[in-house]
Amino acid sequence: MTTTPSRFVAVWRKLPIVHQVRQSVGLQRGMLVAGLILTGIFLLTALFAPLLAPYGFSQLRDEEGSFGAQVPPGGQHILGTTVGGYDVLSRVIWGSRTALLVIVVAVALSIFAGVLLGLVSGYLGSWIDRVLVVISDAVYAFPTLLLAIVAAIAISGGQSSFWGGVFAAAVSITVVYIPQYFRVIRAETVRIKSEAYVESAKVIGSSTPRIMFRHVFRNATRTLPLIFTLNSSEAILTLAGLGFLGFGIEPSAAAEWGYDLNKSISDVTSGIWWTSLFPGLAIVLVVLGITLVGESLNDLADPRLRTRRRADQSAPALETAPISTLALNDDIDSIDPLEARS
Amino acid sequence: MSQSAPAVINPAQSEPPTRRFRGITNPLARFLIVRFLLIFPTVFILVTMVFLLMRSIGDPITAALGDRLTAAQLAERISAAGYDRPLVVQYFEYLGQVFTGNFGTAITDGRPVSELLVTYGSATLELAFYAVLVALIVGIPLGMVAAYYRDKWPDAVLRVAAILAYATPVFFAGLLLKLVFAVWLKVLPVAGRASTRTELQLTSLDNKSGIYLIDAFRLGSPAAIGDVLSHAVLPGLALGLLTAGIFLRLVRTNVIGSLSMDYVDAARSRGVSEYRLVRKHAYKPALIPIITVIGLQIALLLGGAVLTETTFEWKGLGFKLVEYLGARDFVAVQGIVVLLAVIVALTNFIVDIIAAIIDPRVRY
Repeated sequence: MTTTPSRFVAVWRKLPIVHQVRQSVGLQRGMLVAGLILTGIFLLTALFAPLLAPYGFSQLRDEEGSFGAQVPPGGQHILGTTVGGYDVLSRVIWGSRTALLVIVVAVALSIFAGVLLGLVSGYLGSWIDRVLVVISDAVYAFPTLLLAIVAAIAISGGQSSFWGGVFAAAVSITVVYIPQYFRVIRAETVRIKSEAYVESAKVIGSSTPRIMFRHVFRNATRTLPLIFTLNSSEAILTLAGLGFLGFGIEPSAAAEWGYDLNKSISDVTSGIWWTSLFPGLAIVLVVLGITLVGESLNDLADPRLRTRRRADQSAPALETAPISTLALNDDIDSIDPLEARS
Repeated sequence: MSQSAPAVINPAQSEPPTRRFRGITNPLARFLIVRFLLIFPTVFILVTMVFLLMRSIGDPITAALGDRLTAAQLAERISAAGYDRPLVVQYFEYLGQVFTGNFGTAITDGRPVSELLVTYGSATLELAFYAVLVALIVGIPLGMVAAYYRDKWPDAVLRVAAILAYATPVFFAGLLLKLVFAVWLKVLPVAGRASTRTELQLTSLDNKSGIYLIDAFRLGSPAAIGDVLSHAVLPGLALGLLTAGIFLRLVRTNVIGSLSMDYVDAARSRGVSEYRLVRKHAYKPALIPIITVIGLQIALLLGGAVLTETTFEWKGLGFKLVEYLGARDFVAVQGIVVLLAVIVALTNFIVDIIAAIIDPRVRY
């Protein structure tokens, strides 16, 4: 490292993911790279679904006639057909598109609402803070899937067109995940509020909104990419859970993995494995990929968990899990991706 | 639980002694009161949210019966049930009902929701019990193994396995288990809580508990016990393995944390074996957060139970909830959801108390 790297290389090395890959070693790097590959495949599949899928997601017949129901894998239908007569492979591929759309909408909405509430609550404090914390703790402690069901009923009344279904699922997921963003951003805001630069800004007479959005916001949102990855995987699982319980999107409107799994319950009993295996595997691989990325980013961001190149002497502090509704004054919320899920 | 209390003394000594002996008022009693009072806002907020969300799409009678009754019949039933009054009035009435333990009556079959708790709650409780059992048996030893081999290959394998357990939706795990063990190998039953024969025997029992395993033992028939247990294996595994992954990670992190404590170094310098260090010295303090997390997992278990019960036709609260959802009986859905909110709040309360009793640091 004696020569100064060129400007391009320096910028490249500071890019979010590239920086972390360079920072990681050994097993941690393996996990991160594996996660990135899986996530990459998922994104590409979702983007190029129309090119990759042999048939449409709601296609029941082609020039040679109807596909037939529960056709075993092989020949014209590589992964077979479902009980409803759809091509399994096509529905798995198109399903990635639905999943991605729901993630994007859900995460965008919950980041927006969660960050705004967290900033306001953490910076202004007083009774607003107390009330919001109690509400978010109450929601946080509740089974996410049940809340999502209630929200889905309220939004779509249970019926679903494509965009209606996507939005219903996304907003239901948002309701559930706002508290998580809220908690993290609020904790960060409370910490940053007492930093010297915020005090200085106050002294020179900056307005409260300016301090909040210029000084606090930019520093409090460092951890967002991390929560983002963790929540995307939870969003997929919640979407699949909703679909499995019959709140999915109708098969004629879009492909949804959870819905397909629900329809395959009776297939399994009669030994038909391809209708459940492939949509299920799709969920597992996507969630696995995103979680591996999130996990690795989490570990890398935390110096206590980061694997060092040499012998590791320092050890993580004893982690006592925060007590659900009492964690009013927790300054640091540990983010455990596996802690809360439906 | 009280057996693990002595092990707690070690980390607790870092706490200034004044805190533990402060004043006349018992800190535990104060903690209990504060913690108990906190149940009310939690339940209140959830009841309010659920009520508003469910009512935002109109009255439940039109939703459930709208396509079967004429407009006049609907209007009559709506006014009979009081759904034509202002929402605020209905809301306060509902709050009062929930407070007195009345969670409403299902529109479709006319059964009170609180009665469902007795009939179906026991099934969900039984499933949750099996799942926690599986999670503890699988998660805790494997977590200790992972901590012992930190950053070596067994740790890597176990951590990936834990993430995999998280990434697999519980219903997909259930379907796979069913496919392999019930359909292909034919060693375990496909679905249900017991075979029809056993179920008949069990329901004929006087003052039955509704928990089939207990009832089967009271029946004293080995065939019935075997039947009930064989039906429990797959749902218990599906739901339990999901939770096992969480326990594994938690035990790992905490055992690694407590392995770095001074008293562990002291024990090591006395020549205590590495195995014994993990098994005895580091493990017990690491158990405290696990007890707290078991409490947090109740919410997860209930959500997972809804999916598991649907997968295995396990006739519990979750199965019933999905049935009512299908029938668009939103009064029953609302009742069950609120009921579950109360259960979650109460279990978290109980778990916090247990944690406070065995770990003095938890108290306020």
